[in-house]
Amino acid sequence: MPKVVLASGGSCHQFTGGRTEFEVEATTFRRLILELDQKFPGLGSQVEEGMAIAIDGEIFQDAYGVVLKPESEIVLIPKIGGG
Amino acid sequence: MNYLDTNLKVVGTRPVRPDGVDKVTGRAIYAADTRSAGMLWGKILRSPHAHARILSIDTSKAAALPGVQAVVTSADFPEIKSEEAFVGEGPMNFRDLSTNVMARGKALYEGHAVAAVAATTQAVADAALALIEVKYDVLPHVIDVDAAMADNAPVLHEEMFTAGVTPKPTKASNIAKVVTFKKGDAEAGFAGAEVIFEKSYTTKPVHQAYIEPHACLVTYGSDGQVTIHSSSQGHFMVRAYTAKLLGIDMANIRVNPAEIGGGFGGKTLIYLEPVAVALSRKSGKSVKMQMTREEVFRGSGPTSGASMDVKIGAKKDGTIVSVKQILKFQAGAFAGSPIGPGCMCGLALYDIENIEVVGYDVVSNRPKVAAYRAPGAPITSFAVESALDELADQLGMDPLALREKNAAKNGSKTHYGVTHNNIGFEQVLAAVKTHPHWTSPVKPGQARGLAAGFWFNIGGESSATVHVNEDGTVTVATGSVDVGGSRASMGMMVAEVLGIDVAKVRATVADTASVGFTFLTGGSRVTFATGMAATQAAERVVDELKRRAAAIWEIQADAVEWRDGKAYPAGSNAGAFEPLDLPAIALKAGRTGGPVTAEVSVNAQGAGAGFGAHICDVSVDQETGQVTIERYTAVQDVGKAIHPSYVEGQIQGGAVQGIGWALNEEYIYSDKGQMENPGFLDYRCPVMSDVPMIEAVLVEVPNPRHPFGARGVGEVPIIPPMAAIGNAIRRATGVPMPHLPMSPPTVLAALDAAKT
Repeated sequence: MPKVVLASGGSCHQFTGGRTEFEVEATTFRRLILELDQKFPGLGSQVEEGMAIAIDGEIFQDAYGVVLKPESEIVLIPKIGGG
Repeated sequence: MNYLDTNLKVVGTRPVRPDGVDKVTGRAIYAADTRSAGMLWGKILRSPHAHARILSIDTSKAAALPGVQAVVTSADFPEIKSEEAFVGEGPMNFRDLSTNVMARGKALYEGHAVAAVAATTQAVADAALALIEVKYDVLPHVIDVDAAMADNAPVLHEEMFTAGVTPKPTKASNIAKVVTFKKGDAEAGFAGAEVIFEKSYTTKPVHQAYIEPHACLVTYGSDGQVTIHSSSQGHFMVRAYTAKLLGIDMANIRVNPAEIGGGFGGKTLIYLEPVAVALSRKSGKSVKMQMTREEVFRGSGPTSGASMDVKIGAKKDGTIVSVKQILKFQAGAFAGSPIGPGCMCGLALYDIENIEVVGYDVVSNRPKVAAYRAPGAPITSFAVESALDELADQLGMDPLALREKNAAKNGSKTHYGVTHNNIGFEQVLAAVKTHPHWTSPVKPGQARGLAAGFWFNIGGESSATVHVNEDGTVTVATGSVDVGGSRASMGMMVAEVLGIDVAKVRATVADTASVGFTFLTGGSRVTFATGMAATQAAERVVDELKRRAAAIWEIQADAVEWRDGKAYPAGSNAGAFEPLDLPAIALKAGRTGGPVTAEVSVNAQGAGAGFGAHICDVSVDQETGQVTIERYTAVQDVGKAIHPSYVEGQIQGGAVQGIGWALNEEYIYSDKGQMENPGFLDYRCPVMSDVPMIEAVLVEVPNPRHPFGARGVGEVPIIPPMAAIGNAIRRATGVPMPHLPMSPPTVLAALDAAKT
């Protein structure tokens, strides 16, 4: 089961009671969002709208289909914009 | 397909820039150049007060003035509910965007729009503005970030309670949110440190200072169809936000991208377009609006100013063991400073065991900040890179050696949890170490500074269409506004894939009705993401060309190969045919299936992070405080430079903007919160005579996720200059420079203070 780390800096911790690491039964980012929302109501949309997902150092934004593997480093970080 | 190991013939060369002639001859059409028969001129009335309740707005006299055909206030715009959206800078609330475009209830900064008119001439519009009577209840205001955080500060938004703290506050505050990033245990790290350095730093808000002010020409047709010509970094963004703020279906808005005279992040938002649409809807006429330079300063976003504390602990051998950073960023009148990337970027360059960064997003009575090249990163890096330099002295180390010792590499875990992958910081530092600028002795009377910078770069949604024209030339149309040479790079990548001369490919920027959705130009994303779409579209065209050649030869498509712009039989078994080039295939396109074209839309992922390091030599006039940049070298990992001249131009431009940020640029406010220097004479950007030739050194560590190895390049170069220059001044004078700008009065005051 993939382990997901919620980096600080977003507005997600209010939903998790301060927890930052979760094991989630999910093989895609889309499933992760849905599972997180089940565990912590409201967190899913926060993650979907405001967070990017970094898998083994590569940052993905707005990508439901990205594949999560149990052995991967999976981190949710605030979405990145730019000028 | 990945072309990294192929024999590139176009990518990496320096063809003449396709937009150059139009721009230098004045033929390029900017938004301010557009006209429409019978159009009206729209003008905005702006608040003279930094903070005031709007008691009433009487527009009757203005509306009665001959020539005035429409007057609008916030009453003409739908009230937008609080709804977070992700725009150029980061999270943004549509309610705030609407209220920023037209004040509702309160004016939150001097320059905040409170009403607008449309009239037959500019003079009539100006006269009408003077006839609008606004009654204000002037409120106490606050400009400075530390003052805005004080308990007794005037509160801008009674409904704003600090997010990110527990328990949830019960008292309204100007602190919109607090964010914290932690790795390891910073306090334990300091306990094990042998040397500790700490200092406070401040930076001032600076404007993006694009040469072209915001402008638009808008027509609201009697059938409800809206046409907009405007200057922006994203015409799809203009369409979406205008639709949202006015309740119009996107299908009823068509936005034509004009040539853009600079954006640098400042044109990732809208200011004029919804107002012009509202005026056009009310008057039934086309409405043109363009800001004056003064309006650009008073009414559009700069980037944040900041107040920062840095504490660094290290071992005597230079190993940094712990860092603590506190960042307080001004957001302007509405929440949404770049505090997130500010917290992440400053320390992402270094592999440090224990880090704690706390960031505050703080509102005050200033224009709402907008994105500015690598939003947040230049600010935080000014503090970190300045502190590192003083730490190096304290350790008796060379500043480059200190950075080399602690540099992040592949596998280094950042304090925001992500492990670096495919980065080139070590290669950048190695290039600095061997560069003649770094190895040459410092000239008498001068001193040398060094600083580094990091930016994520992003990908995102892009669309591109490649058409083979009837004569075999090629058009590539994308949805990306060209702010930094993307038409050239798109044309080159397409030409490379097709195997033809780049002069046979013309790249254009298509309007919102003519190409698929494309996210705005920002985050250094276009060459990477839109380039990926264009490359894939060109590959599909090659596949189609092979099918067309096969149809002409009456063989199977897989028996055709494409080389150097021509179709060849794949082998002797395929048959003996003379090769067919693009014109020959295009000539028979109608007979082989119709036009040859392909459109690809992508959501590009895998933008490789960018690192840079700048070397700067300065001299300081000890009597006036004047700093002269004597020599400047900017080294950057650019992945693969598609068109090296544009890449060098990006690096040079970023460095020069950073030099302005370092040495001169600041908003000067009266005690009433009114900006006193809203023009280029008094808000001093560097001009050519202020800077030496900026030498750009391209380090190429290819990004494996891009077909040609490209990384974004436009943002990294603005990050290091402030600290590089400050470090050089400190070495020249022996006096630290923790406050920007390091203008002559500031430098002189610091020198004088050091003498006493």
